[in-house]
Parts: sequence; C-alpha cells; structure tokens
Amino acid sequence: MAEAYLRLSALAHLGLEARAVADPGEAGVVLSERPGRGQIDLRGEAEDAGFLGAVEQAIGLALPLEAGTTASGGAATALWLGPNEWLVVTPPDGQGAAAEALRAALKDLWAAVTDVSDSRAVIGLSGRHARDVLMKGCSLDLHPRVFGPGRSAQSAVARALVLLHQTDEAPSYDLYVHRSFAEYLWLWLEDAAAEYGLAVVSGG
Amino acid sequence: MSPQRHRLAAGGRIDRSRPLNFTFNGRRFEGYAGDTLASALIANGVTPVARSFKYHRPRGIVGAGAEEPNAIVQLETGARTQPNQRATRVELYDGLTAASVNCWPSVNFDLGAVNNLLKRLLPAGFYYKTFMWPPGFWMRYEYFIRRAAGLGKAPAAPDPDRYDKMHCHADVLVVGGGPSGLAAALAAGRTGARVILADGQNEFGGALLDGGAEIDGGPALDWVAAAVAELEAMAEVRLLPRATVAGYYDHNYLTIVERVTDHLGAAAPANLPRQRLWKVRAGQVVLATGSVERPLVFADNDRPGIMLASAAATYVNRYAAKPGSRAVVFTNNDSAYRVALDLAEAGIEVAAVVDPRPEPEGPLPARTRARGIEVLGGQAVVAAHGGGRVAAVEVMGLDQAGGGVIGESRRVRCDLVCVSGGWNPTVHLFSQSGGRLRYDDALAGFVPDRSAQAERSVGAAAGTFALADCLARGFEAGLEAAAEAGFRRKGRSRRAPKAPAQEEAPLRPFWVVPSTVARGRGTKHFIDLQNDVTVADVALAVREGYRSAEHLKRYTTMGMGTDQGKIGNVTGLAVLSELVDADIPSVGTTTFRPPYTPVGFGLLAGREVGALADPVRKTAIHRWHEDRGAAFEDVGQWKRPWYFPRAGESMHDAVNRECLAVRNSVGVMDASTLGKIDIQGPDALRLLNWVYTNAWDNLKIGRCRYGLMLGEDGMVMDDGVTTRLAEHHYLMTTTTGGAAGVLAWLEMWLQTEWLDLKVHLTSVTEHWATVAVAGPRARELLSALTSDIDLSAKAFPFMSMRAGTVAGVPARVFRISFTGELSFEINVPASYGMAVWNAVMMAGEKYGVTPFGTEAMHILRAEKGYIIVGDETDGTTTPGDVGMDWIVSKKKPDFIGKRSLSRPDTAREGRKQLVGLLTQDPKEVLPEGGQIVAEPEKKPPMKMIGHVTSSYWSASLGRSIALALVYGGHKRHGETVHVPLIGKTVSAVVSEPRFYDPEGVRLRG
Repeated sequence: MAEAYLRLSALAHLGLEARAVADPGEAGVVLSERPGRGQIDLRGEAEDAGFLGAVEQAIGLALPLEAGTTASGGAATALWLGPNEWLVVTPPDGQGAAAEALRAALKDLWAAVTDVSDSRAVIGLSGRHARDVLMKGCSLDLHPRVFGPGRSAQSAVARALVLLHQTDEAPSYDLYVHRSFAEYLWLWLEDAAAEYGLAVVSGG
Repeated sequence: MSPQRHRLAAGGRIDRSRPLNFTFNGRRFEGYAGDTLASALIANGVTPVARSFKYHRPRGIVGAGAEEPNAIVQLETGARTQPNQRATRVELYDGLTAASVNCWPSVNFDLGAVNNLLKRLLPAGFYYKTFMWPPGFWMRYEYFIRRAAGLGKAPAAPDPDRYDKMHCHADVLVVGGGPSGLAAALAAGRTGARVILADGQNEFGGALLDGGAEIDGGPALDWVAAAVAELEAMAEVRLLPRATVAGYYDHNYLTIVERVTDHLGAAAPANLPRQRLWKVRAGQVVLATGSVERPLVFADNDRPGIMLASAAATYVNRYAAKPGSRAVVFTNNDSAYRVALDLAEAGIEVAAVVDPRPEPEGPLPARTRARGIEVLGGQAVVAAHGGGRVAAVEVMGLDQAGGGVIGESRRVRCDLVCVSGGWNPTVHLFSQSGGRLRYDDALAGFVPDRSAQAERSVGAAAGTFALADCLARGFEAGLEAAAEAGFRRKGRSRRAPKAPAQEEAPLRPFWVVPSTVARGRGTKHFIDLQNDVTVADVALAVREGYRSAEHLKRYTTMGMGTDQGKIGNVTGLAVLSELVDADIPSVGTTTFRPPYTPVGFGLLAGREVGALADPVRKTAIHRWHEDRGAAFEDVGQWKRPWYFPRAGESMHDAVNRECLAVRNSVGVMDASTLGKIDIQGPDALRLLNWVYTNAWDNLKIGRCRYGLMLGEDGMVMDDGVTTRLAEHHYLMTTTTGGAAGVLAWLEMWLQTEWLDLKVHLTSVTEHWATVAVAGPRARELLSALTSDIDLSAKAFPFMSMRAGTVAGVPARVFRISFTGELSFEINVPASYGMAVWNAVMMAGEKYGVTPFGTEAMHILRAEKGYIIVGDETDGTTTPGDVGMDWIVSKKKPDFIGKRSLSRPDTAREGRKQLVGLLTQDPKEVLPEGGQIVAEPEKKPPMKMIGHVTSSYWSASLGRSIALALVYGGHKRHGETVHVPLIGKTVSAVVSEPRFYDPEGVRLRG
C-alpha cells in the first residue's frame, strides 16, 4: 500500500478541513467530505443462493435484494445499484482485504469484483434543512414515508448523477458522486444551503 | 407628495400605520402596506394608467386580479426592471418604481394615439395584409412595429436576483385558497395526507377577502383565519401564499411560481430567493381557481373608469380605495347589486343600476331599491362618453329579444361604470390538464366537464357560486381526493363549514349592447382590451372567412396578449357564434396554454447560471494545470488543458514548443479523461469480437490491441485500446466524449440481444488518473520512478501493459502511443494522480519534461495520420473511407456493422476517403472545414469534392499539414486540389495521410 500522504481527496483543494467547525450550532445544513472510503463494485447473480452465500461468508454481509435498499454487515455496507450490481462500501483502506476475500469466494462463479474506491467522492449532508437542499435539485420523493434511513437511490441532484444514501432519521445523507463532478456538486450544495445557514464539519 | 384623496377613512385590509412611498410615471405617491400598486393608484386617483396596445387609447384599471388587461407596467429600472407586470398583482413596497408601457412620450400625451385617428386603416389582420408586401420587407417593418407596439423593455444588464427551484410531491394539491380551496385543504389535511395549498394572493381567503360574507355563524374572515391556523399546525400541510400555479402538465405534474420576496423590494433578505419555482408531482389535484367576471360590451367601453363590478367592490372593501365618486352599475345578473350596495355603503353615489333583465326581482334588487338606488330594468348602457375618463353613459331601452334599442336615449353623469356580464369559471388549468369543457346555458359560460387526469374542480371554477355550496363541495372534494390518494377520513373529522343560503335570480345571457349606429363607425366596442380587438374586427374576420375560433384568434390576435384574454375570450366566442349563426358550444373554445400568467426567464433558469450553469468535470490533476496557467478546452463537460503558455508566449509559440519537446525529448499529458470500461466474465472475448471490427482471439495476457467500433450502419462510432488483464478480464478504453455512450451501447446489447453472454461491465473512468509520458526520453524518465517494472524494449514491448509501482504508488503502465513517440501511460488510483504527476515532473526536470495539452496532442497524432473519431469521421464514414480496412476482419463470421459494409453504397468506389493535403505554400495553414474543389476557375456554385477535417502547423516538419476527406481520395495521391477562401484560393497536393515516421520506428523504440 502506498503512503497515505500521497493521497488527495476529490475536494482536498477546497480547504474544507480549515473551514470545519466542531459544533455546527444553528446552521440548518451541515456538509462534509467523507474521504477515503473503500468502494467495490460487485456484480453477481442475485437469484443464485450460492453467490449470496459466498458473499456473506466472505465479508459478513447479506446483500440487499430489493431495489433502493441497503444492508450492513461485518464492517461493510452494500448499496443496491441494480438487479445484479451492488456497491460495497468499507471503512477507509478496507477495500483491499474485502475485494480479495470476495474474489477468493467468488472465483468459481460468474461474478465481478472491481475496486472503484477512487471513482466516487462522498459528501455528507445533514441538518434540519438537509432534505430541503436535496429537494432543490432532486425530483425523487424524499418524504420520510417514502424514503427513510437505509434507503438509497441513483438519481440526478442538480446536474450531477448521485448515488444517494440516507443514513439516519435526522435526516443525514451520504451523496456518492463521480469524482470529476464532486467540486460542482459541492459548490451547488453550498449555494442551495445558503438560505438555511451552512456549516462545514470534518468528515474524516 | 399628494395625499391619498380617494382613500376611505376606515375599513379595508390595509395598514394605515405603515405608509409606503412609491413612484409611478415619475410622480411620487403614498400608499399603505396591504395595497397593490393598482389599489394605491386608485387611492391616489391616478388615471389613466396606461395606453392601449394598438390605438394608444387612454386606459384605466379594469380588474383587481390576474385578469387585468390594461394596467400593465414596467416595474423598477436598470438590471431589476421587469416588463408586463400587472399592477393588480404587484404588492406595494416602499420605494417601488413603475411606469406605464405602450406610451411614448407620456401616458397623458401619446404620439401613438394618432393610430386611433387612423383606426380605419388598422383593421383585423392588418399586419398580414400590409407588411407582407413587398416580399422580404417584413424584417424592415418589424423594427418599427415592435417599438411602437410597446411590449415593455427587457433588462439590458444581468439579473442581480436569485431564483430557485424546489421539487415537491403531494398527495393532494389544492389550487386556490378561497372558500372552496380552504375547505378542500382542511378536509384533506385532516386525513393526514400531504397537502399543498397554493394561492396567488398575498393572503388566503380569495373572494372572502372582500368582506361581508358569513361562515359558521360569524364573519367569513374569522373562519379563514381559523382555517389557516389549523392548516399551519398540520405537519404534512404546506401553505404557499403568493404562489400562482402556472402550468398543469401530464401525470399530475404542475409548476407553481412562488413570489418569495417580490413584495419586499429593497428590504428583501439577501439569503432568500426572489422567486421559487415549485415542481409538484401530485397524487390528486383540487382546482379551486375561482372565476373571472366578464364585461358587457358597449360603445367605447374602454374609457378609464369603466371596470368590472367585482373589481370595484374589491377596491372599496379590501383596499378602502374609491375608484370613483358617482357610479353606474351595468349588470345582467344579481351579483353586481351587491356591489352597488357596497359602493353606497362606502359613500359612493350610485346613480343607477342598469339591468337588461326586464323586471329585476328578488332580494338583492329589492335591497338596492330600498337603499334609494334607481334600478333601470330592461335597459342597457349603449355608450360611454368622456376622454381621459368616463364622464357619462347613455342608457336606452332594449327590445324583447335584446337585439335592438328602443325609446329615447338618457344620459347619466358618472365617473365610474361597474360592469358585470356574468362570470367565467377559471378553467385554464383544467383545460391545460387535458380536460374537456362544457357550455353551461344557465351560466352562459364554459365549465369543466370530463377530467383527463386525477383532478376535480370545485367552487366557482366548477360553476358553483353560492358560498354555502362552495364550502360543502370543497370539503367533500378534499375528502374524496385524500381518499383516492389513500387517506381515509378519521374519526375526529368534523362537518363541513356552513354558510347561509342566498337567493339570486338567473342572469340574462347578454354580450354586446345593440346601438343606433353601425358598429365600428365612430365608436369602438372592445372585446379584448389588451390587444385592442373590437366587435368590428371579429365581424371583419368572419366576413373574410375566418369562421373557426382558432383562426379568428390568430387573425384578430384576440386572446393572444399576456392576459390570454381572461376577460374577453368568451365574449368574443359569443360574438363569433352570433355572426356565423351557430350556438356557442359548436363554435368551441381556443386552447389555454401554460403559463397561466407570465413567468420570468430568470425563474426558469433558477440557479443554473454562471458557475452552476453546467457541471465542470475536473481531473485529479486539474489544480496543477490551473496553477500553471493552462488554457483549457471543453471536451464534453471536461476541462482539459489545451496548452500551457509560458510568459510572453502566444498559443502558436506554446504549442510548437510542446510538440517539439515530445518529438525531441519528453512531454507529459493528463490523459485521465479517456473512458475506461472494466470487462470481466468468461464471455468477455466474445463481446470484444462482436463490438470491434478486428479479431481478439489471440491477444495474450498483458498485451494491448487497438479496436474500431462501428454502428449497425457500418460507420465508425468509437475507437480505443483494449488490454487483456487476465484470462477473462479486459480493460477497454474509449474516446473522452464517447465514454458514457459506449458503455450504454455495450449494456444495450448485453441486456437486450446477447443475454447468453456472461460478461460484466463496470465503468472505471473516474477511478484511474492517467499520466502519459511521451518522447524519446520517456523510458529514461520513468526508470527513475519504478524499480519493479522492467522498461526495456524487449521486456516491455509496444502495445503491452505491466503492473507495478510508480513513485511508490501501485500502477498499471500501458506502453501505447497516440503521439507516435515512445510512450508510457501510467494509471494510478485517482487520489494518487497528483502525487504521480508531481513525481514525473520532478524526475523529468533534467530532460526538460514539458507538459503538453490537447492541441499539441492533436498535431502530433495528425503528423502520424491517426484519426480522431468526430474529426476525421462524421457518422457517414466507414473504416475503408479512413484507410483502415486493415483492421476489419475478413475471417470473423460477424460483428456489429459487418453486413452494412457490403451494402452497395458503402462498398462502392469513389466514396469520400481520408487523404493528406500538403499546401503548395508550406506556410499556408488551411482552415478546418474548408471546401475542396478540383476546378477553381469555375464560379460558384461549383462541384465540391471534399473537405478539410484537420489542419495544423507542424513544428516538427516545419510546414503545414492537413487531413481531408475527398471523393475517391485514395486514388488521387499526387493530384493538386484547391480550397477557395475569401479573397484567395489555396492549392494543395493530395498525399498519404501520414507525414511523420510512417514506418513507426520511433514508437517501437
């Protein structure tokens, strides 16, 4: 593994750590970059109990099988991306071991394990107006009756494609966005949050 | 500043403790908080307020709401100026500045009024008849016509305000916050459904805001306040005042224009948007949009001081502003009797109520008579007199059929005429939703009939006018809508609000008052006040054959103003039906289109302006390029470094330097934007054989191969290098612009046609940063950064890949070349991209490593004759056309596009083919896109035999080079062709499209 100091997150050049506050106070919207997460694109046959079992054995996670859902287990979380595709998210630097375990477990099956950890930046969005900010740019129904903790969706936020994951009832969201769009999305979020009061926190 | 001479001493919903200053047509006035610009102008006795569109006749305020056709103002000045604002919907704020449109130089003295004297020369269809001759002259006339037409002025400077958008979902959207809408929202809200209640006014209540009515045994406005308070307390209810529902589209998708801070003027908080566009997806819609009163048409019915009766009542009751001092009420129904009583109550003398109904009876006429107001039954106002303001009306008796006047004319002095011809339900949104209308004889108007979407109309919008019925039906509709959205009435649900019954006599359908003189002779009977369309115009159009409502509309422009004919349309249709001797339902209506009221462009743009207009995609190394002052080129949404100018360098200088550095030493380029698709699965090889023209069976692990992808039409679609990483694992690269499209193309085949192929595709474009090191010193440079990759030509040949460590970072290094030089493309996870780039720059310092951009890359590849898909190909170009038959397998049984290559047209000789062009003057650089001819001595139009696809100055060769597609080009090598340009013709010799190292010695070195 290469030296960590050589790495730059997608938004490192915006100097977010320097702007980070310990207590967001009255801010209606709280934003952070959550760099370094391991991300593995996993493909396999959802109908194949052997595949599901092998994944569970390898990383301790029962893959979510319903559209727009997520599941956590072991140290990882899997986000449903399609009928035979998941994004397996691990703690920082956990992707190597997880990918290795998955490849070993799936070597005799028709499956694909691809490390895409640097494909997407992750932006954390929370605060009491977090949903309002998303509503400005996302046409999905994010009302708690429809989209609650543990739900995920791939949709457009403003003009960027985003993998949206609601992580708690606050509500808090993780926005996975392709790295090259990360700065655009961050600037858009800051702009949309302006009317509610914005705080940047450390998301490390 | 003059006092508010026409303000009532008490009453109204204005706040006399909060005076506001404003300027209208350069004069300063005072109004109160709670006023609209229109009510403040009335309180100050300002008239006329505008000039009409075509004849420039003086005009006064006619309505009190969205229907206003006359009081159209230019609001504010400079960058914030907005044309076409209805004074009746502009809330007064301190410092407001407005001016009349349609008049020059002033509203009281208007040069355009000469049009009124020339009116015999300005008939319906005037533009079509006059300005279309001689042909082509319209463009010259148009300039003057547009200026004279006075549509208001667009701002010349960028809009300084913010506009925002919001997506929203609702179980029930209630449009209109009058009694019906409030009752519906209450009923639906109490079930727990998600409800949005949107209303165009600054406060809820609709017509109840005019006061007087009773609900549940108390003042109606008490009920309104309680209803709003209850709704505000409901967690799932969203109240949107100052919010006009502008459009009703398919699948219950509606747009709402919320004026967030328009009413605050300079006091608007900086953090709030000026307006917000709500995009609502509603389960159910309740349309409680109310109704608009319509006029009765008589001679010169456009004089200032003639207004809708309901508007007069609104000004008196809601705004405590007196629209006149001596009124005549002219009505064919009972509702305006209530207005007469309200005016009298406010101290305005009511000279008479003129009613075409022979014997107006019932409680309201009786109360009016009891109040001492004269009621003239069976009579009509036939004409108005007065110039800048109405001074008197002429009243005559009507014959039994209403088709003629009888008896002596009587002149009644007045400065206010309150007109009511009945009520038109506001069916615009219903009609936009696709619903069908029905003509209601009793109402003499169109009402909603069959719904096309999950929607219901209630209250006046549905032709229900009695308050008691509006409340009952609104409440019921709210419950129904909620139930259909899945929310049932709960036990605690209360009864519907109640109001006392009112008795009203039926109206007498009546449109245009007959007169003793022929229409259009000396006087005018206006139907559409905003567009100056008269009864005579409609009659002329009918005489000329425009008998369909849609044709009539376009020929006369009736209903085509910014008010979309909210007041006059039904009257116009009634006139048409009379003239063509058909009943109104068979004449039909014109189409209502969104938006209901005009929407500013700033709102539609929202925040998608400036830096947020479109995403700017940046590579992991972008910041370095920026710091080095790179000039950027847009490639799709990417910003790619175009060239890196040093101090004092022109683009030409910089590009030449970059090209020479790559040819003579070493250059480095950020190639991260190229598309990358990870392909895994036992059938990966079969997929490649399907989608590329060449054969892939013998590609060894660790080796790379160039591939050309065709569409089904056999035309070049994309190209790139694919590498075999493992037995069943490949990495495909695509063009930067083609990345998303190629992935979608492959997935389309896998998901729809080749379900048997066991292959998984994953986009890894963004995961990898790519640093391309190119030039004769590339190996030396790279050797300083890696110890675990043997870079020797023998161990690491051209078109192969090695995995290892570069600058301490795990990397895949590809020995491929787009420049024709020895070249290594280092791929590392994107977060290490900057570190590796910096390491390359440091290691390369001693070789003078030169960052180069896309322009140098394009030149270097053109010197080699490498095509760029989209430059040398244009969707009609086959592999053979670009001289790449060598890559099309003759052995493979099939691949995408193969069959099309044997079509007679794609297989024929003499197609446009790729060649090189060497200009006779080596310093002359041809323009790209230049048209190529064989016979320059001929005059245009002459035969074009091809075009220049790429053209550059080649610093390496010391001359210009160009690539071109020329008919039969492969057989023209050595011929001289010509490119005619402005002022000169450039001659060039056709050559092989390879100018530099044609044997490829350098890149294999």
